[in-house]
Amino acid sequence: MPPEAFAPLSARGAVGRRIVNAVAITACVMAAALILLPLALIVWHLVAKGLPALTLGFFMHMPKPVGEAGGGMANAIVGTVILVLLGALIAVPVGVGTGVYLAEYGAGRLAAIVRYTADLLSGVPSIVVGVAAYGLVVVPMGRFSAIAGGVALGILMLPTIIRSTEEVVRLVPQSYRHAALALGAPQWRVLLSVVVPAAWGGILTAIMLAVARAAGETAPLLFTALGNRFWSLSLDQPIASLPVFIFDYARAPYDDWNRQAWTGALVLLMLVAVVSGMMRLTTRRIARR
Amino acid sequence: MSAKPTLGEGVSGSPPQVARPDLTPPTPTPPPPTPPPALPPPVVTRGETQASAPSDDAKGSPPRLAARGFSLFYGRHQALKSITLEIPDRSVTAIIGPSGCGKSTLLRSFNRMNDLIAGVRTEGVVEVSGRDVLGATDVVDLRRRVGMVFQRPNPFPKSIFDNVAFGLRLIGVRSRTELEGRVETSLKRAALWDEVKDRLERGALQLSGGQQQRLCIARCLAVEPEVILMDEPASALDPTATARVEELILSLKSRYTIAIVTHNMQQAARISDHTAFMMMGELVEVDTTRRLFTSPAKKITEDYITGRFG
Repeated sequence: MPPEAFAPLSARGAVGRRIVNAVAITACVMAAALILLPLALIVWHLVAKGLPALTLGFFMHMPKPVGEAGGGMANAIVGTVILVLLGALIAVPVGVGTGVYLAEYGAGRLAAIVRYTADLLSGVPSIVVGVAAYGLVVVPMGRFSAIAGGVALGILMLPTIIRSTEEVVRLVPQSYRHAALALGAPQWRVLLSVVVPAAWGGILTAIMLAVARAAGETAPLLFTALGNRFWSLSLDQPIASLPVFIFDYARAPYDDWNRQAWTGALVLLMLVAVVSGMMRLTTRRIARR
Repeated sequence: MSAKPTLGEGVSGSPPQVARPDLTPPTPTPPPPTPPPALPPPVVTRGETQASAPSDDAKGSPPRLAARGFSLFYGRHQALKSITLEIPDRSVTAIIGPSGCGKSTLLRSFNRMNDLIAGVRTEGVVEVSGRDVLGATDVVDLRRRVGMVFQRPNPFPKSIFDNVAFGLRLIGVRSRTELEGRVETSLKRAALWDEVKDRLERGALQLSGGQQQRLCIARCLAVEPEVILMDEPASALDPTATARVEELILSLKSRYTIAIVTHNMQQAARISDHTAFMMMGELVEVDTTRRLFTSPAKKITEDYITGRFG
């Protein structure tokens, strides 16, 4: 074949291709910038409004009554951590287990039903999940409680964890499974010792996504964990949480409370950022080994 | 002899061809058409053949691997057609043939990896150390005795140490010192120790392809299998790494029985004691490697090894 065959078919073709290329790249960059813009605005706004009241006292002190300046959200910060931990305690074992089941044995009818249910669940409004937790936990217990809030958050976390776990477990190369089976590993051992550890980074990311979403949920907590202006660590009592505090303080007609609402929102964002940053670091360290 | 292989004397006349003494006075072939009723303890078997290191014959010891009238179907497609083959203890047997001839399928029948494929059906007998493996055998136990090395290196995404220790932990070895000792021995046998002894805790995926494959061999050796099945273990490696793996295979045959599938005829000629030639699901010819490559009994074998097709 003569070398001319590899030259561009025509000069116009080459120019046209470059134009199309430039347009496509510009469009992609614009789209990315468009996504980043609101995010940057939110963070900027939060920092601008919330930073002034962000003192060490905000983390250490209890909320003060109306009219008294200062005070913090120590109880709400701890409360949010407790609620999210409770939710994760419920959602992580169930969600990861279900995800692994769907990925490894997910061919049958039952799996299809489970998968469909998980998808449906992710579309249920969070306030409806709150109502469900109210009916499941608050009514039988006879009072609002941290447990009820944890159950609500756990249900909210489930679909994300289930479907993401399924995806990442499916990505584990078949050759790992064959290697383990050929060494005489029983099926459960293949899953626990090879497949799940190999997918662990992705599973952790899924958990973090779910945690981040749950940490900011307000609606399902309104009639489960309720909220509490006092220090409480009892799981069977109403418990404070940052989103509910932010909701209350933002609506209140007091300037001081409004300022604290901004700070509370900033702290919530930082909390999620720090936790997922730490998770990411540890996974990377494990992965590097 | 229950099975009647269809391919003429080469196969059906004397099934234990592999075990036939080579270049020795025509002693009557010891045909074991019915396997020894009870499984001789592997240790005893090994003891018997200890003296006769890598010779071309098995000196009457029972074959380590055997297929008798073995057929395998993928759904309605028959992938293996009444294969009768014996693989003697402590030697290297190569299975060659064009793509799709069923050589990998046959290999994977010895540790029942074909079970993973839906719709597989078998007929006939496959034996490991005289024991039938197709019936109600415990697959997990079988696979612990029959190790396998795959075409592409497939170390786990764990540390080098944990890769080799995986099989040991499976069989319940917990003591750190014992683990360390056996990992070291296995890595030395796999000729990898000197390259990795200072970084056992590093990830196995950081090793080069050839090192990864030797790691997989070490992982397989760690549990002291009776047999090692190798499915084109060097086909994904460069020539240098291939040479190292081949040296390794030669060094292993004094201890292990090795069955290796390869599409590389030079490789079969270099490393194996016996060679089986398969085509379209049938075992065409099996003989000592020297004889199969110098004076094959069948025209089609000759055509294949001289590169006229395949």
